[in-house]
Amino acid sequence: MSEPVIKCENVYKIFGANAEKMLQESNGNVDAKTFQDNGCIVGVNNASFEVSKGEMLVVMGLSGSGKSTLLRCISRLTDATGGKIFIEGQDLLKLNNKELIDLRRNKMGMVFQSFALLPHKTVVENIAFPLQIKGIKTEDSISKAMDMVKLVGLDGRENYFPRELSGGQQQRVGIARSLAVEPDIWFLDEPFSALDPLIRKEMQDEFLRLQEKLQKTIMFITHDFDEALKLADRIAIMKDGIIEQLDTPAKIVLNPATEYVRKFTEEVPREKVLLIEDVMDTSNTENVGDLKVSKDEVIENVAEKILSQEKTVAVTDENNKVIGSINPTKIINTVFGGRKNSN
Amino acid sequence: MDYLKKYPKLFQWLFLLIIFFALCFSIDVPETYKFIRGQAEFVKDPNQSTYVFLGKEVRYYAFDVFWRLPPLLGWLPIWINDSLFFLMNEWMPMEFWNEDTQEYKTRPLVLEISRTLTSFMTFLIFLIRETLLGGLETIVAFTSWDWIDKNPWAELPGLPWTIVAAGFAILSYKLSGKGLAIFAGLVMVYISIFGQWKPSMQTLSFILVAAPLSFIFGLGLGVAAYKSKRVEKALYPILLVMQTMPQYAVLVPALVLFGVGDHAAVIITMIVAVPPMILLTLLGLRAVPPEVIEAGRMSGCNNWQLMTKVLIPTARRDILIGVNQVIMVCFSMAVISAFIGAKGLGFNLLLALNQLNIGLALEAGLCISLIAILLDKMSLAWANKQTDYFGNLTFYQRNKNSLFFGASVIVGIILAYVGTFIFKDTFNYLFEVPHNKGISTADFWNKGVDWIFDTFFVYIKAFNTWLIVEVLQPMRALYLRMPAVATLVLVVGAGYLIGGIRSALVVFGLTLFIALSPWWDRALVTTYMATFGVIMSCAIGFTVGTLCFQSKRAAAFMLGVCDIFQTFPSFVYLIPVMMLFGITDTSVLIAVIVYATIPATRYTIEGLRSVPAGLHDAATMSGVNKFQRLTKIEFPLAFPHMMLGLNQTIVFALFMVIIGAFIGTEDLGQYILKALSDKNGAGIGLTLGICVAFIGLIFDNLIRTWVGQRKKHLGID
Repeated sequence: MSEPVIKCENVYKIFGANAEKMLQESNGNVDAKTFQDNGCIVGVNNASFEVSKGEMLVVMGLSGSGKSTLLRCISRLTDATGGKIFIEGQDLLKLNNKELIDLRRNKMGMVFQSFALLPHKTVVENIAFPLQIKGIKTEDSISKAMDMVKLVGLDGRENYFPRELSGGQQQRVGIARSLAVEPDIWFLDEPFSALDPLIRKEMQDEFLRLQEKLQKTIMFITHDFDEALKLADRIAIMKDGIIEQLDTPAKIVLNPATEYVRKFTEEVPREKVLLIEDVMDTSNTENVGDLKVSKDEVIENVAEKILSQEKTVAVTDENNKVIGSINPTKIINTVFGGRKNSN
Repeated sequence: MDYLKKYPKLFQWLFLLIIFFALCFSIDVPETYKFIRGQAEFVKDPNQSTYVFLGKEVRYYAFDVFWRLPPLLGWLPIWINDSLFFLMNEWMPMEFWNEDTQEYKTRPLVLEISRTLTSFMTFLIFLIRETLLGGLETIVAFTSWDWIDKNPWAELPGLPWTIVAAGFAILSYKLSGKGLAIFAGLVMVYISIFGQWKPSMQTLSFILVAAPLSFIFGLGLGVAAYKSKRVEKALYPILLVMQTMPQYAVLVPALVLFGVGDHAAVIITMIVAVPPMILLTLLGLRAVPPEVIEAGRMSGCNNWQLMTKVLIPTARRDILIGVNQVIMVCFSMAVISAFIGAKGLGFNLLLALNQLNIGLALEAGLCISLIAILLDKMSLAWANKQTDYFGNLTFYQRNKNSLFFGASVIVGIILAYVGTFIFKDTFNYLFEVPHNKGISTADFWNKGVDWIFDTFFVYIKAFNTWLIVEVLQPMRALYLRMPAVATLVLVVGAGYLIGGIRSALVVFGLTLFIALSPWWDRALVTTYMATFGVIMSCAIGFTVGTLCFQSKRAAAFMLGVCDIFQTFPSFVYLIPVMMLFGITDTSVLIAVIVYATIPATRYTIEGLRSVPAGLHDAATMSGVNKFQRLTKIEFPLAFPHMMLGLNQTIVFALFMVIIGAFIGTEDLGQYILKALSDKNGAGIGLTLGICVAFIGLIFDNLIRTWVGQRKKHLGID
């Protein structure tokens, strides 16, 4: 596999006066409690992970879990206290101010929870802003920005001011602005959290459509576990600055690493998250019925078919080769068994 | 005992009061004590004690230290004076090239700097003044008097008043709309018709120089303070003192440094107008959401781009509110600067008041008030105006206002030219209505004042006498009766009970400075007048505010009235009170009460309004009646904000008491006024100003600390 686009090695972010000194003395063994007693707050605690090209990593956690801080370390809006961060092999923390600005102007785009649009600029001017900052001529930047306006479906509103737009529309502007410089890396900090549920769903679908087309390397922050499941290639679940588990949605739902993660997965409708592949029995490929299902199907979509069968159902891969089987009992166990009844 | 546990604060306060009164009664008034009317340092009297410090001899009347502290800081004004003199006349003499005489000349550095600054300011003022009114000085600045003699045609002609009026109307239209445009036009026509054109334009040119300069410096320092904690910390005490320092008092050192006239006034105005600009810039920049800054950073802004393209435009409104403040401060300084010889409306007002020509004063005052309202409304409209999109407009739509102005210039010139034929033998009224050649209402007002005096003299006099004999004199005697030690204990105790050790130390320091200055007695008189004004103002303001709050429309109306009254320079308030009550302490106090009632009323209404609607509904659903809601819900919640109003009331009252010295009071203000006409007055004026500022800061510290705690306790803000 090629080099990861984003790579973090033991990243720490600790707020407070003597943070650096205390971190050195702790030898990487950071205990939030002792730090707090000394007037320091641990934001990110020993985060190590990689994001490869075109992958979407969703960082999920409740407020105060350090997820936004982690993102700000990687975009270097704040400097990490310890550890190493590599962006396409470049050591981010060693960049000087000019190199950092260059990196942001060409490689990075970011979307914010509160949209963070400039109130004195129109939609198209807001989108053209990063281009103009780069020094691109006004006409070129505006025509490029107009393409972006079309991409996010705001044509006809390009001369509106942010104050004249709804929240969803404002966030479309935010998305367009972050994409204007055609960055390789796309940071999204709770982009849909400030929106109403219906709009949020619409924007999530829109976002998936865009990503299908653009194939960016993405770090997406959210506090909504359902959103994480819906969007992510992989999910990192954070608590108190520590990444509790980092895995694919299915593996997190099936094998929660800690009690904390398990609580999130309890209420998750598994049939909507898990694929046949995740629950199939690979040891038995012989004794199967006539019905075949693809391993990439979501359980929900094929459950009825499988449950109507007496016999075990064959699971096939993309070449239509049988690679495993699944029986109705397994489906019932998966959907209802692992879930605790909260009543 | 239960009470003690239940209300510990109450008993602490009681205890403090008991100590205070015990001290008051146990320390007798020394037999030799009398209120010293003259300035001790200028009277040679064998009864005086003396001491020498830093080579300065300080003379004073010694009393028991418990009664009055010795003026251990008495050397400070003399020392400031001598230092200033040394700086100006002896420090760092250097060779400077003199353009006129074509030779090097030795001059002290500071003097040279001050002279250069002065001539630069003078040039700017004349440039604008002569564009508006016509004149020679600007052209002379580029050529010479000889050249002018040879070329008599070379003179800036000045704009006809019609063009300036049209310009104001068009600008107002652009900023706000028809209403303001009509108002602006009417104000300008009024000024012109009533013959106040020249002084008004002089005042305006003063503002046009002082305001932009103050804006630039204020913005620059505000940005610097935003970027560096250290700069902010360094600026903070200056900002604090400048907020409570009477504008009057800063005039005095300006005299020494820059001399008499408009230029000195402009420089000193900047010193007064920059602090609010700094504060509002800082406030605006701080209020920019962090995500907007991050968005700017992620767009690849460098620091300069971030400041100019993201931070300042986003903070636009607060910064423009700062501009509004700057303009209003400049305007009120333009009036007060008449004391150091600045030309314009203030000068005419001062002259009229000195001659006791109330009619003339009233005319000038009315003009000042109208211009103040106009400038205030225009700059506020600018702040509240939102950027519009111009991309798809036609050339005409985009440049409508400039085109109209261009047209009005042409029309104005034609009119002025036509005027030369119509008014062949008299003044060209279409060009400029000369001063006092317009319609004058002065006689009418003067007759009115005479009539009031003839008709109501007996009643006014009776009221006056009653107030002075029954209320003011006893109150003043009470204040003067306080031994210095008792006052210190009271103030420090209050500081401790409200804000702990820190507050106690701060107010102790501030009070001690005043107590050790030679003017403790005067400060007590200032405080007594301010206290009387504040008590009356609060009583009126809280009542009026509460009553107006009952109806939405009344509240909005009252706030509008407060807005308008607040724009008037404080000096203007002296005119009507002098008209009604003549030259007495009563006049000053009434001016104080009127002026200080503004913030009291405003903050009461605002405070009551800020009570959340949810609580309102919750209270109504609990079945309270209107009165219960007011006393149980609204007052407790609005009280912290109302206390901030009290803070403002105190500052306003102090300002007015000091300015009241013009009518004649026996407090710190009287000495400041004296210092203005004294060539060695700089040190005295500055120290006196600091004393007044400190009186304000003592209350400011106590009230703010209390409000902060109270708000935290209530969980608001």
